Amino acid sequence: MSDLLKLSLDEVSAKLKGKDVSATELAREAFAACQAAQPALNAFTAFDEEKTLAMAKAADERLAKGEGGLLEGVPLAIKDLFAVEGVDTSASSNILKGFKPTYESTVTSKLWDAGAVFVAKTSMDEFAMGSSNETANTGPVVNPWKAQGSDESLTPGGSSGGSASAVAADLCFGATGTDTGGSIRQPASFTGTVGVKGTYGRTSRWGVVAFASSLDHPGPFAKTVKDSALLLQAMSGHDPKDSTSLPNDVPDFAAAVGQSVKGLKIGVPKEYRVDGMPAEIDEVWQTGIDWLKAAGCEIVDISLPHTKYALPAYYIVAPAEASSNLARYDGMRYGNRVEGKDLHDTYEQTRGAGFGHEVQRRIMIGTYVLSAGYYDAYYLRAQKVRTRILQDFHDAFDKVDAILTPSAPSAAFGLGTKSDDPIAMYLNDVFTVTANLAGVPAMSVPAGLDKAGLPLGLQVITRALDEETMFKVGAALEDSAGFGHKAAKWW
Amino acid sequence: MSVTADDVRRIARLARLAEPEDRIDTLVGELNGILNWIEQLNEVDVEGVQAMTTPVAFPLPMREDAITDGGIRDQVLANAPKSDEGFFVVPKSVE
Repeated sequence: MSDLLKLSLDEVSAKLKGKDVSATELAREAFAACQAAQPALNAFTAFDEEKTLAMAKAADERLAKGEGGLLEGVPLAIKDLFAVEGVDTSASSNILKGFKPTYESTVTSKLWDAGAVFVAKTSMDEFAMGSSNETANTGPVVNPWKAQGSDESLTPGGSSGGSASAVAADLCFGATGTDTGGSIRQPASFTGTVGVKGTYGRTSRWGVVAFASSLDHPGPFAKTVKDSALLLQAMSGHDPKDSTSLPNDVPDFAAAVGQSVKGLKIGVPKEYRVDGMPAEIDEVWQTGIDWLKAAGCEIVDISLPHTKYALPAYYIVAPAEASSNLARYDGMRYGNRVEGKDLHDTYEQTRGAGFGHEVQRRIMIGTYVLSAGYYDAYYLRAQKVRTRILQDFHDAFDKVDAILTPSAPSAAFGLGTKSDDPIAMYLNDVFTVTANLAGVPAMSVPAGLDKAGLPLGLQVITRALDEETMFKVGAALEDSAGFGHKAAKWW
Repeated sequence: MSVTADDVRRIARLARLAEPEDRIDTLVGELNGILNWIEQLNEVDVEGVQAMTTPVAFPLPMREDAITDGGIRDQVLANAPKSDEGFFVVPKSVE
């Protein structure tokens, strides 16, 4: 591998536009790097070399004419939740194994319109349900990072673990993810990458396999804050095919990167200091506070009193919506079918065989909380608690411009160490899930390493539609952190 | 609230999931663990609080009532587990 793949998206874009490198050359390198890493990292679920090279060739033709979009010629990896025309899209589930969409998701269409080149589909927790990438039907993805002096395989986080690993290992210049409870930000924190979700509705959900529609946010993984701004910009915009897609114009997110944060008020919520949190998480948080103070921000203590109820509310709302969304997998029109003794039995056998245990568990919870007599006690109450959580953010944003918190309650943990206890696994999303429930923009920025040499991220949350302040603060943190660490190559 | 083995069988049936008998006890334990954990929502005062419907309020968009897609039968059938002569083939559903 040459050093080209180590560049940021912004840097490699300049090289492409300057004709120092061709899109074809770059696509070949990224493709080869992904394939070479696959036996060790298991980050990918599908390749299509012909498509990759055809897209790269088209990008070269545009570049030769001095044309080309925001991402012209840049190889990107795509989470297996996004429909990519003609390429296996299975949501890492056996029920959709072999599904080849005849259409393209809006988000990937926008990326290709901006000139990006498809390089691979990435593995994920089945239907995006998980925090460790261990529920994928193709087995866990491995984090390129290892603790010092240890050879233990660590999780890249989840559910967008393949995308996180691919970007962290310099196999591509960015990747798509989806964030329903933290599925972009927690893996970003675990892999030393930047992960972003915009305001709910900024990026279209059309052509993205649905998990929990009111919580699903497509967004990017990137190596730098600026790259993440460029990617989110390309992914965003109104889509008439998604009725929750925001009609608002998309600002120039990348222009916010590097702007002064002087005078911004940064909220530090006391409820995010949770019991049993490792001291190192607290330390990295304090370091982040000090950096922003030094950059001229005013630090304000705030309270988000309903934070502790966010996860339990999420584990009603998300399974309820999932049980409805996943009702479509009946083995009739697409997906795999297991023939039973009658129609009813065919449904049950198809779904019993096609969904993994975590997905079945969530469908069961969702079915139960929506079943006759329980709707008010569970779903309706959870949606009211959600209003309380949103109100907490409204009250906070009356006083501050952005909120700073840790991204995750720990660094990356060993594969298999938490998979026996669903609730322990769910707690991974304790800091991220609030922003999904409230629909506000949030990002994770790499801030430092723990004593074992593993990356830790900080989260910036801003008001709805104010991604620009988020990118401004994120870039200030990135500047101060001077992170620059990479996993030592072993794959 | 807690669920019994019979509840789990009933929920599985409602969800159209074939759950083998040897999974039922595990599911009872897991579901009760999760349901007990979400009970804490009862501590929240939600008197007079509206249920959240959308994170960012904007008027529900209307579009012209026009045909924008269609004529793609073969694409629609492309991923069908079974199809014949331009139709989906499904198990008999009328007794």
